[in-house]
Amino acid sequence: MSRVHEQWIRPGIAKTTFCAGCGHGILMNAVLRAVETLKIPPRELLFVSGIGCAAWIPSPNFNADTLHTLHGRAVAFAVGAKSFNPKLNVIVISGDGDIASIGGNHLIHAARRNDDITVICASNENYGMTGGQTGPTTRLGGLTATHPAGNPYKPFDLVHLVLAAGAQYAARYTVTQPRALSNAIERAVSTKGFCFIETISPCPTQFGRRNRFDQIDKLYDDLVSRYITRQEAHKMDPKDTVEKIVTGEWFRGEVMP
Amino acid sequence: MTAPLKKQTQYLMGNIAAAEGALAAGCRFFGGYPITPSSEIMEHMAKVLPGKGGVFMQMEDELGSIAAVVGASWAGAKAMTATSGPGFSLMQETIGYAAITETPCVIIDVQRAGPATGQATRPGSGDIIQAKHGSHGDYEIIALAPSSVQEMYDLTIRAFNLSEKFRVPTFVMTDEGIGHLREGAVLHKDFETINRRKEPGTMPFDTDDPLFVPPMPIFGDGENLLVTGSTHDGWGYRKVEQPEVHERLVKRLRQKILDHRDEIIETSEDFTKDAELLVIAYGFVARSARKAVKVLREKGYKAGLLRLKTLWPFPKDIVARLTSVAHKVIVPEMNYGQVAGEVAKVSKSEVIPYCRVNGEVISSIELIRELERHVS
Repeated sequence: MSRVHEQWIRPGIAKTTFCAGCGHGILMNAVLRAVETLKIPPRELLFVSGIGCAAWIPSPNFNADTLHTLHGRAVAFAVGAKSFNPKLNVIVISGDGDIASIGGNHLIHAARRNDDITVICASNENYGMTGGQTGPTTRLGGLTATHPAGNPYKPFDLVHLVLAAGAQYAARYTVTQPRALSNAIERAVSTKGFCFIETISPCPTQFGRRNRFDQIDKLYDDLVSRYITRQEAHKMDPKDTVEKIVTGEWFRGEVMP
Repeated sequence: MTAPLKKQTQYLMGNIAAAEGALAAGCRFFGGYPITPSSEIMEHMAKVLPGKGGVFMQMEDELGSIAAVVGASWAGAKAMTATSGPGFSLMQETIGYAAITETPCVIIDVQRAGPATGQATRPGSGDIIQAKHGSHGDYEIIALAPSSVQEMYDLTIRAFNLSEKFRVPTFVMTDEGIGHLREGAVLHKDFETINRRKEPGTMPFDTDDPLFVPPMPIFGDGENLLVTGSTHDGWGYRKVEQPEVHERLVKRLRQKILDHRDEIIETSEDFTKDAELLVIAYGFVARSARKAVKVLREKGYKAGLLRLKTLWPFPKDIVARLTSVAHKVIVPEMNYGQVAGEVAKVSKSEVIPYCRVNGEVISSIELIRELERHVS
């Protein structure tokens, strides 16, 4: 974390609660880099989060107003605060289980209403805090605490889900693309309407160890080998992109995918 | 119970009077989801609130409604929602969140006959225990029970004032009978408005003040607030493994309400001074009970009525005092004895529940018959 960002860290916070190799620290940095670049006064920022590891990115770490809510409800709390005080820049940061499973209805309806908030979803393929159960972004066949023989379900494509629901802007980047990620957050926060960023952030402790990524770096090597850009995806046979993580930015009204 | 006819008297529906009460009290955020028999409140707010500079949000479900209400309250709004049993059930987790984060908010529950979908268009009082105990853990809330269209207005105003003063979720526990009743009421401006206390730089989640209610800053004030539903210290830092922090917090959430019962609790009494047969009633049924008690007095029986305008915190001291005079206590209500159970905990005399759960209100005629059975 650069010294410039220290002013954004709540006094007294000496360390994060994230495990070794967790991607959430990189996401944390990307968020602060974006708000720093945008020069948003801290008093005009409200960070809202739900329950889970990613919900602890802003609360208590960020030195701004933070609302640490219930499991799944972060987006709805955020909509209430933003609609009453439109001067607030409202940024939701939470995990994929929180935002896309238990909170999925709030997500799609906020996108449909095009509520003027930014939602950053840290997808780590499982419920990390509760012990590595299958989440809505777990890959097909992924080994989890609740699907020890392999996840039989396909993961959500969250970017296309929110775009279909009516989002203004959506992006997907992995934590191995920190500059692009930070730029996307900047764009989302400064764009009016519902903006969504999926951040692929690996979970070595729960998902990595169950899926035979014996070393943290192997999990990151896997991520780097699997992500491609939208431009690369366009040149590929669609069936070859199934195993890939397509990264980039999408805008409302664009021809999909 | 019905307002005397004055020049300013209007003829209107209970649900509309409640919405008008909210507006008069300063409510400027409504987040809701349609549900019978409460929807008129939502529709009235949708029509009137934007013109008063307020915000109306139709949310995707009741989980979203109450979450948006709590979010808006922290953004500085006097905020509310209105619902009925099924929606009230869905809101319970966030009600617990509002209790532990000490968020002022008002919920009007226009009760219908449950459980589940039950009789969506018929009255009931089946949510009284849920109002107090619906969310997990130990906490206190305030619940009021109007018996007339006038009280839908007056008690909704009072609900906002109590909610702001004590930083606690406050419920108006009405029912389909009162919600859809049309009668005269005066939408007066003759009341005090209480707003939450702000003190920049002070702890928002603990206090040594004898009121036990810390001041409440809002988002955007530059206070860098830490609001969390986890156990927290006075500044909002999560302290989930310190027994003393949790105990201090939960104890204060109780104390701030229970130590102010005298201020919060409102009841009214008819002929109770020498009443040997005491009726304890609330909501729509209190109207029938009032008539029944009057008829029994005319017949020379020593009957009296204690009407509860506050259900939670439960008015146990008043019940204990009056039941020490009465020989028998009849509690008519539209559930299987939810308030009768609370009465029995403190009553000095025999408690007889008179229960009705079929969606029909308890009439004064049948209540007279029931009371006569106990005096003869």
